[in-house]
Amino acid sequence: MSYIKPNFRHPRLPENALGHTVADYDGAISTLCAGCGHDSISAAIRNACFLSSIPPHRIAKVSGIGCSSKMPTYFLGKSHGFNSVHGRMPSVATGASLANRSLTYIGVSGDGDTASIGMGQFVHLVRRNVNMTYVVANNGCYGLTKGQDSATADHGSISKYGEVNSFDGIDLASLALLQGASFVARSFSGDKEQLEPLIRAAMGHNGFAFIDVVSPCVTFNNHAGSTKSYEATRDHLDVMPLDFVPMREEIRTQYSEGTSKSVTLHDGSVIYLHKAETGFATNDRTGSLTAIQKAKDDGRILTGLLYLDPDTQDLNHNLKIASRPLNELGKDELCPGSKVLNSINEGLR
Amino acid sequence: MKKIKGVNDFVVKFANVNGTGSASANHLFAKAIFRMGIPVSPRNIFPSNIQGLPTWYEVRVSARGYLGRRGGVDLMVCVNPQSMEKDVQSVEPGGYFVYDSTKPLAQHLKRDDIHYFGIPFTEMCMKEFSTPRLQQLLKNVVYVGAMAALLDIEFPVLKGLLNDQFKGKEKLISSNVHALEMGYQYAMDNFSCPLPIRLEKDFNIAPHILEAPHILMNGNTAAALGAIYGGATVAAWYPITPSTSVVDAFAKYAKRLRIDPGSGKKNYAIVQAEDELAAMGMVVGAGWNGARAFTATSGPGLSLMSEFLGLAYFAELPVVLIDVQRSGPSTGMPTRSQQSDVLAAAYASHGDTKQVLLFPATPRECFDMTVEAFDLAERLQTPVIMMSDLDLGMNDWMSPPLEWDDNYQMDRGKVLDKEALDEAREWGRYKDVDGDGICYRTLPGTHPDKGAFFTRGSSKNQDAIYSESGDDYVQNVDRLLRKFETAKQLVPKPKTHPPIEVKKPKTKLKLGALFFGTSASPSYEAVEMLTAEGYPIDTMRIRAFPFHESLDRFIDEHDLSFVIEQNRDGQMRQLIMNECEVPRNKLISVLNYSGTPITARTIADQIRQALNTKSADVVRLHPEDA
Repeated sequence: MSYIKPNFRHPRLPENALGHTVADYDGAISTLCAGCGHDSISAAIRNACFLSSIPPHRIAKVSGIGCSSKMPTYFLGKSHGFNSVHGRMPSVATGASLANRSLTYIGVSGDGDTASIGMGQFVHLVRRNVNMTYVVANNGCYGLTKGQDSATADHGSISKYGEVNSFDGIDLASLALLQGASFVARSFSGDKEQLEPLIRAAMGHNGFAFIDVVSPCVTFNNHAGSTKSYEATRDHLDVMPLDFVPMREEIRTQYSEGTSKSVTLHDGSVIYLHKAETGFATNDRTGSLTAIQKAKDDGRILTGLLYLDPDTQDLNHNLKIASRPLNELGKDELCPGSKVLNSINEGLR
Repeated sequence: MKKIKGVNDFVVKFANVNGTGSASANHLFAKAIFRMGIPVSPRNIFPSNIQGLPTWYEVRVSARGYLGRRGGVDLMVCVNPQSMEKDVQSVEPGGYFVYDSTKPLAQHLKRDDIHYFGIPFTEMCMKEFSTPRLQQLLKNVVYVGAMAALLDIEFPVLKGLLNDQFKGKEKLISSNVHALEMGYQYAMDNFSCPLPIRLEKDFNIAPHILEAPHILMNGNTAAALGAIYGGATVAAWYPITPSTSVVDAFAKYAKRLRIDPGSGKKNYAIVQAEDELAAMGMVVGAGWNGARAFTATSGPGLSLMSEFLGLAYFAELPVVLIDVQRSGPSTGMPTRSQQSDVLAAAYASHGDTKQVLLFPATPRECFDMTVEAFDLAERLQTPVIMMSDLDLGMNDWMSPPLEWDDNYQMDRGKVLDKEALDEAREWGRYKDVDGDGICYRTLPGTHPDKGAFFTRGSSKNQDAIYSESGDDYVQNVDRLLRKFETAKQLVPKPKTHPPIEVKKPKTKLKLGALFFGTSASPSYEAVEMLTAEGYPIDTMRIRAFPFHESLDRFIDEHDLSFVIEQNRDGQMRQLIMNECEVPRNKLISVLNYSGTPITARTIADQIRQALNTKSADVVRLHPEDA
C-alpha cells in the first residue's frame, strides 16, 4: 500500500452534470497491496458514479468481509458505507433497500465472501431481485488469511504453495443466471474500457445487477500456474466491448450497421454492445449459459454483458411496498391510534 | 369417598389427539368461562407434530386471578386412549375423570379414589352425524356440552361464542349447537350436575380482575400489535416455533392497518428470510438505514443471530428481537416452554457484549414492551431483545386491555438530520458529546457533504475511521459500558410488592423472591401460600436487563432471596451474581425445566424444602444469630 494520498488535482478537472469533479467521488487511500486488482475496480466504480452524475450522498455502499470488502472505503467518501459481516452483506443490503428504496446501492464482495460463506445469502439475494449493483472482486483466493484457495479457484490452478486445486471452481455468473438474475456481467479489473460502462449500466438497471470481476491478487495468486493471475487472465480473455449512454445524453459514437446492438434500460439509458460474434443475444439466458460454458471448455474467460432483462421488477415492487421510503414514514402513517386499539380489544372479549 | 370442592377455583385438563379439531372446542370451553367473567388461563401442552400424537389442554380457573399453573388436575377429560393410563394417574385424589365409554374402561385404569364419568362420545356421534369428519370434529363439542352441565357453564354464553365463531354459516352453528346440547343432555340425564367443583358468575372474583375489562389474547399477537403501534416497517424472519405467530399476526394486522390509502401499497415490508442469519442481517440493514425493523425467533435462531447481534452492539445499530423461548439446547423440546435463553441473550455474541433485555409477563406487557423496545433500540442505538416464551407467546392469557396514548411520540434517538448537520461543527460518529455514552448518528442519503461515515464491525476511532489503536479501542468499548449504565435508567423498572403482614411468622429471616416473565404469576401464588403458612416473602419482578439498582438493594435487604425461573442452570441467578455484588449463598434457585410451565405448588414446595434443609446456612447468615 501507499500511505500518502496526493491532494493535488488538476484545476480544470471536468465536471459532470451535477458540477462535481471526479475528486468528489474519491474515497480514502487504499490500504490494499500495490497493484491489487481491487483498486482498479474501486477506480472504475468511482469513475462510473462520476460519469453517471449520481449524487455521492445518494449512494449507499455495502460489503462483507475480506480484502474485497474493504474496498468501499476507497471510493465515494461522501457516501455512507457499511462493512458488515462475512458473507452476510446480501441480507444487510436487502434490509437497507427495504428501508429506503430511493438510494442507489453498491455491494462489493469477494469470492470467499460470496461463493463460500455467503453462498446461501447470495442466491437468495439474486432470487429476490434486490435493486442493487453487486460486484464480486474475484481473485480465486483468500487474501487476508494469506492465499488459501477459494471456491472460485479453477480446477487445475496452482496455489502459491504449489498445490494443484482438485475441485471445480464455482462460476458465480452462471449461478446468478440459473437463479434468474436480470443483469449478469463479467469483466476484468484491468479492462477499464469494459468495466466502467458495465458498472454504469448495472447502476442504471432496475433490479439486481451482478458483475463478476476477475481481479488478480498480486501477492498470493499472481504466479505461473495460477489461472487468475494478470498474465493468465489477459491471455485468455474473450472480450465483448460495450458503451453506456445515459438517459438524455446525446449519442455521439457511431457504429457501423451490423457490428453493434443496443439495449435500452428502464430509465432510458442505452447500452451499445459491439462484436456480436459470440453467438448469443443478451436476452437469451440459455444461450448465455452455453456461451460461458463453451468459453470455459476452451480455456477462455468470456467477459462483457452476459444477460439483461431491462423490464424486470425489483423486490420493493414485487412486495407492493409504497413508493415513499419506509424510513420516512412517521407516526401518522404507521400508528393506528387508540380507537382502533379499543376495537381490537373489543374483539378479544 | 372424598370429593374435591371449589367454586371458581380448580384445574381441568383435556387429553386429546392432535390434529383432530380439539383445539377449537377446548378454546370454546375456556372462552366461555372467560365470558362469564371468571379468571381463566388455558394452556396447550402439545407435541412437535401435526397429527396423531397426544396433546393436552389445561385450564386453570382462579377467582383470585392467578393465571399461572397451580399444579395438579381436578378434572380430567380424556378422549385419547394413547395417554389414558398416565391421565388417570394425574388426577388428584377426590378428583373427576371424564372418559369416552363407547368401550368399557380397562380394569387397570380404575382407581378407587377418583370419580368416573363415562360418556359414550364416539357412539353418540356415530349415531348422530353422517360423515367421519363431522363425527370426529363434533365429538369435541359434545364433551364441551357435557362440561357445561358438570361445571355449570352458562349455555347461552357457549351459544353466543359459536354464533361469533361461525358468523353467517348457519349450518355450522346449528350442528355445533346440537352437539353441545347432546353432551349437555347426556350429563344432565346421567349424573348429578353440577359437580362440587363448578363455576359461578361474580363469585369471589378478585378486585383487580374486576377493575379492568379484561381481554383474552396470546403474547405473540400482543407483541405483533406492539410492532404495528411502535412503527415497525420492516419485519424479516425465519419460521420457528414458538415465535412464528408473531410475524403471522404482524402480517395480519399490517394488511388491515398499514396500507397506504392513496396507492393501496404497503407501508411495511415483510420478508421471510432464508435463515435466521439473514433475517437478522435484514433487520440490521434496515435499522442502519433508519427504519424500525424487527425479527422474532426462538433459541436456535438466537444462536444463529448472535454474530449479527455482536455487530449491531459494536457498530451501534438499533435492532428489535423478540425471542419466544422454548426448551433447548439444540432442537430440545420445540413445543415446550422454558426461560433458558437468558444468558445466551444477555451476552449474545463473541467478544465483550451486553445486550438489553426486556421480560414481559403478560400480553399487555408484550404489547407495551415491544413499543418500548423500538424506542429503546433507537435511543440506545443497540439491540433490544424482548424475552417472551412459549407459554406467554402461544397461550391465551387473560390480560388488562391494551391501551394506547395518542400523544405517544416515537423516540428516534440521536439522529442528525440535514439541518442539524448544517449547523454541526465537529461531528464525529462515536464522540460522546453528552457524556451518556450515546453518540449522534446520521442516516445514509441525508446530506450532500456532511455526516457520511463508514459503519463497521471493526475497531474505529471517534470519527468512525478504521483504527487498531489500543487507546481508540478501549475508549470505544468503555463508552459502550457507559451507554449500558445509561440504559439502566431507561429500561422498565422492576415491580415490588411488600409482604402481607403475618402475625406469628415462623422465621426471623427476611425472605425475598425474584422472578420474571411467566414465572411471575405462579410465584405470586406460591408466595401467598407460604405467607398463609407463616413465611412472609417480599417479591420483586425483574422486567429488564441491565438491572436497576433497586435489585441490588432488594438482595441486600433480604437474608435470602429465591430466584424463581424455568431453566436448569439458574440463568437469571447467574446473571445477577455476575452483574451485582451478591454473596452467592444469599440467592437460592427455584427451578422447573420440564418443559411444562412452572406451577405454584412446585415453587412453594421448593421454597419449603430450601427453608428446611438450608436452615443451618441460613441461620448463620442472619445478623441476629451471628
